[in-house]
Amino acid sequence: MNSKEITTQISEAADSLNLKKWDYGASFSNDYSVQVDKGEAKQLKASQKQILTIRVWNESNLVGITTTSDISESGIKKALNQANIASDFGNKNERTEFSPLAKDPIEVKDSKKRNPVGIKKLLTLLREAEVKLLESHESIKSVPYNGLSESFYERVYANSDGAFRSYTKSQAALYLYARAEEKNKKPRSSGSVKLGYGVEDIDIESCIKDASNKTISHLNYSSIKTHKYLICFSPESFLTIINAFSSMFNARSILDGISLSNKNSIGEKLSTEALNIYDDGLHEKNISSSPFDGEGTPTKRLCLINKGRLENFIHSESTARIFKTMPTGHAGLGSKVSVSPDWIVVEKSEENADLKISLDHSSYDGEFVYIEELNAIHAGVRASQGSFSLPFDGWLYKNGKKISIESATVAGDIKYLLKNIVNIESNQEVTTSGISPHIWVDELSITGDA
Amino acid sequence: MLSSQIKSNEIVFGNCNKDLLEEIIFYGMRLGAEFVEIFIENTDNASVLAEEDFITSVSPSFGRGAGIRIFKDKRDGFVSTNDLSKHGLMRSVSQAIEMLDITEKNNTDDFNGLKKHKDYSLSKKTWVDEVPSIHEISEKLLVSTKSLKKNNKIITRKGSYSRNLQEVIIASSDGTYVSDIRLHQTVGLNVIASDAQYRSNGSRRFGSSGMPNEFRLWDHEKAANDVFESSMNMLYADYVDAGQMPVVLANKFGGVIFHEACGHLLETTQIERGTTPFVNKLNEKIAHESVTAIDEGISEGSFGSLSVDDEGMEPEKSVLIKDGILKKFISDRAGELRTGHKRTGSGRRQNYSFAAASRMRNTYIAKGEHSKEDLINSISDGLYCKSMGGGSVGATGQFNFAVEEGYLIKNGKLTNPVKGATLIGEAKEVMPKISMCGNDLELAPGFCGSISGSVNVTVGQPHIKVDSITVGGR
Repeated sequence: MNSKEITTQISEAADSLNLKKWDYGASFSNDYSVQVDKGEAKQLKASQKQILTIRVWNESNLVGITTTSDISESGIKKALNQANIASDFGNKNERTEFSPLAKDPIEVKDSKKRNPVGIKKLLTLLREAEVKLLESHESIKSVPYNGLSESFYERVYANSDGAFRSYTKSQAALYLYARAEEKNKKPRSSGSVKLGYGVEDIDIESCIKDASNKTISHLNYSSIKTHKYLICFSPESFLTIINAFSSMFNARSILDGISLSNKNSIGEKLSTEALNIYDDGLHEKNISSSPFDGEGTPTKRLCLINKGRLENFIHSESTARIFKTMPTGHAGLGSKVSVSPDWIVVEKSEENADLKISLDHSSYDGEFVYIEELNAIHAGVRASQGSFSLPFDGWLYKNGKKISIESATVAGDIKYLLKNIVNIESNQEVTTSGISPHIWVDELSITGDA
Repeated sequence: MLSSQIKSNEIVFGNCNKDLLEEIIFYGMRLGAEFVEIFIENTDNASVLAEEDFITSVSPSFGRGAGIRIFKDKRDGFVSTNDLSKHGLMRSVSQAIEMLDITEKNNTDDFNGLKKHKDYSLSKKTWVDEVPSIHEISEKLLVSTKSLKKNNKIITRKGSYSRNLQEVIIASSDGTYVSDIRLHQTVGLNVIASDAQYRSNGSRRFGSSGMPNEFRLWDHEKAANDVFESSMNMLYADYVDAGQMPVVLANKFGGVIFHEACGHLLETTQIERGTTPFVNKLNEKIAHESVTAIDEGISEGSFGSLSVDDEGMEPEKSVLIKDGILKKFISDRAGELRTGHKRTGSGRRQNYSFAAASRMRNTYIAKGEHSKEDLINSISDGLYCKSMGGGSVGATGQFNFAVEEGYLIKNGKLTNPVKGATLIGEAKEVMPKISMCGNDLELAPGFCGSISGSVNVTVGQPHIKVDSITVGGR
């Protein structure tokens, strides 16, 4: 069945069950992936997957939901029935409706259609990449974590009010994590990830080079003394921390009492005036962009922090109605609709006179800690409290030298961090989760075991 | 003997599918596979969320799918599909064969048909009717969240329940033909406490396998009291000072550190990758002599228990470390093939869309002879980790874990609560420093995410003392 046929099938089944109001979201995908181990194919995977989530509204206008992978006629009827039963337990205190924007025009990016290259080609490319990475430095002994994948999918949203929208897309990913070993030293590991619309779009050579350079650069390591340090966050690590605390911008989290913000926080000064943060799911560099969210609301660029002040929250249909605004295109599709950011863009605002522009990661010769990558986010972030304590990969720059930090954590408070930004470098870098320049923060606690 | 007549063109749960399964396996062997494995599942899940005094989410889901794995030499190709028709399954077999670039034909002599059906589900077919209804779950969750409302400092209260009922059929070219029904239920309580600029969280999770009545028997009052007390104890806590110090890790979920920091390194997938420091350490000392560690899938009702693993093998009790000596690795079919370590009934996967891999089940450090007080009294200046949060292990074995509820130890006594602590180390260095084990072994349920998805596990230990570890703080 194609998406139009499924919509017709759901409509007819809903009629037969006397369900007047419904919507659904669906995803159909074909995925292929390979992993290698020293030239040998390790695991080759392919999957055909379909997921259908149906919501129905009962006569009391309460919502019930069911998710299934069975899109046969009987499966769809069963899903509608189960959703109808679940609607008896619908949330009476927070109504859900169709998004008022579910029929608005959407902006579908005109990306070139990619075709599957197939498992054999994936395998050949990954084998070659593994060999090149192993040959790039004598200390790189293995590439224990690696993979090359391509995915082709269609996403659909439709409702009983006549909204229907879908898009098809492809995405490919390459990851290479190398392990380097030297005598009488601990093994060191690092890697790189590259995305593209198709395998042919992935810059494999640059992935190999990045993985190699990053891994080798950690070979000369030392422990660090526990102390407070001037910190330079890489674009990737700063985006990680912003995403980890995105509940600050999230209307759902505010209503749930798990955000550091509240309904009246718009306009609150969060950071230096030099900081702007946007959520821009449709950004041309976002490979994973979706033109609409789980409720069918069009995706759009939204300013979250403007010159250091909180400018907007991200919303679903129901949170927007409670906040007396419009949905922003950040909803999932669930019994309780989740809200999450798409793609964060960090930039320097025009109000940047107070920044210490001498702090540049490529030329500053004072002492500082460079945080390349933050780890264990799920364990070390207390989003509702604002605190974090996270292990990281990075370097200590001291006396003009750079040495990898053996094992350490950085700890602090997000509000403190934002307010103590002392420089936002000019050049933005594209990562897999957004765009950001290097960000400098004055004094965060680092725990090491020196 | 293989049946020559095809009786069904689709897998139907509850029916005998032997002929169709044999035909699919025969087809794969005829195309040159050395081994064919079929894993088919049918799921019926539900989750319920209570917030404050209302049910805010009820999410049922159901589905079905198949995962087909073909081995040739030491390589494997895995294909998953939602199409359980004969045509769909054969197409998946063909795809896996093609992926492995198999050109030789006919290994059918290696397949002698499926053995007698071993049905582990016989006594479990009534479970679907015995589990609590959504109405019953909702009522109990609401009573639970009400129990959390003990003072006005509690600003959010949540209770969540989820139930996974999974019916599986596993068949493979070594004759394996088994069916099973698995039931997992889990319930959790969470609060956030707030007073002026102070904030704290409290949470506890409980879980069981194969016990449809367990949620009804769950002592929600005790759970609510624990969660409330934890959040109140931590509300005004200071941040811990960072440094090297001795720590005592509480029993139950304290075992998450052993699970993450050492248990994963004893899975054969880590040997295959060359990422475990214990690869050549069998029968060598890798831990303090006070440490004996076990992984098993047989404790009745425990969250990680199984009647049969996802490759059709009954789980065994594996003594991983005995008195500090490494005795065994956790192995699955691919692990045995590639590393030589015998299967332990540990081939596990989240669902049909993952190939099984060697995974832990109920993993714990065995009890010792000391009381909790003995451990604390032995420390003049250290940290007591009463409740652990999540953690992770890096590619080279470094681990870090958040301490959710911690107390300073001064002169052998518990003193002030502290927050923001993180334990940092490496298994190889920390295992020899576990110098004392308590006599109060208890288990706790959890979810473990790894190569074959998220699986239900139990972690556990008695109270243990680590002589020195890096504590991250401010």
